[in-house]
Amino acid sequence: MTDRRTPLARARGLGSAKDGLHHWWIQRLTAIALIPLVVWFAISLVMLSGADYPVVRAWIGSPLVMVLLILTVGVGLHHGQLGLQVVWEDYTEGALRVVLIVLTKFLAALFGLGAIVAVLRIGLGG
Amino acid sequence: MAEFTLPANSKVGVGETYKAPTGAKNIKNFKVYRWTPEDGKNPRIDTYEVDLDTCGPMILDALIKIKNETDSSLTFRRSCREGVCGSCAMNIDGTNTLACTKYISDVKGDIKVYPLPHMPVVKDLVPDLTVPYAQLASIEPWLKSTTQPPTRERIQSPEERAKLDGLWECILCFCCSTSCPSYWWQGERYLGPAILLQAYRWLADSRDEAKGERLDNLEDPFRLYRCHTIMNCTKTCPKSLNPAKAIAEIKKMLVERTI
Repeated sequence: MTDRRTPLARARGLGSAKDGLHHWWIQRLTAIALIPLVVWFAISLVMLSGADYPVVRAWIGSPLVMVLLILTVGVGLHHGQLGLQVVWEDYTEGALRVVLIVLTKFLAALFGLGAIVAVLRIGLGG
Repeated sequence: MAEFTLPANSKVGVGETYKAPTGAKNIKNFKVYRWTPEDGKNPRIDTYEVDLDTCGPMILDALIKIKNETDSSLTFRRSCREGVCGSCAMNIDGTNTLACTKYISDVKGDIKVYPLPHMPVVKDLVPDLTVPYAQLASIEPWLKSTTQPPTRERIQSPEERAKLDGLWECILCFCCSTSCPSYWWQGERYLGPAILLQAYRWLADSRDEAKGERLDNLEDPFRLYRCHTIMNCTKTCPKSLNPAKAIAEIKKMLVERTI
């Protein structure tokens, strides 16, 4: 199809989405939150290296550890799906972009909820 | 959409070599991108041997010498020849810059000269800048005020005026926008560093009364937030301006009005 729009019509497109700040802001907030969470998680894994099953279960059973684990997984996946959305917006277009963004969000929700249920189940001794 | 290989009709071939006059001692090779819409051929790189002993010091001097003395078909834009008009922006030695302010002596070995990257080419070194010009118009780069105009100048304090330094100097050569990968991939929807610096120039102006309206028009995942602080813009700016900082300031303003 020949594009007969004026240059200004092309530049203005469908107008401003009046959106994007929230995505950008939450991406930064989750990034900041992940710094202490990931450091804590890494140190914990090192401390637990070689620990046997009951010790790890007991560790997860601590309320503070449960909260921090759920936060790490939840914030991490939220940050990850926001970042992947940017990648799809940069490098894909049209229907493929929509499919990839929707898939990314659905999978992040699925994995996130799955991980949270797992932590609760182990931590609460289910 | 990102494109990682050139389409078949854009693949660049080897062109002709134009020898320097016999007796020339101080020869530099200029490898220049050539393409013309009329002949239906692919682009090519022509090599021009230039005798630097009879040439001015700048890349633009060499291009003008080639056009005058060797090959009058070589096409490029130029006007002021002193870094004020922005016409001779092109990709020299792998970096977008102004041919008139870039020294030949700053380039080691052969000098590769290409048009600004990822823009449609009109001919040779002349890019089609229709879209960035329209994007400039879309941000309405003029002072907006609904207050009754004063009978004299619209006054600013020296501090308010100082906020425009580093912004007003932009000559709209589009070296920055055409160095930005985000602009390459989303050039129709992302405004690019040159236009966003212009947008910030009006957001930073204490005399302008349309800040909210301007921010509304910029807040968009594509118009503004395609900037991922890659910093090519700031690195390449031939006027040593900092478009990346201007974009960051716009993002800060948008945060500021929500919290």
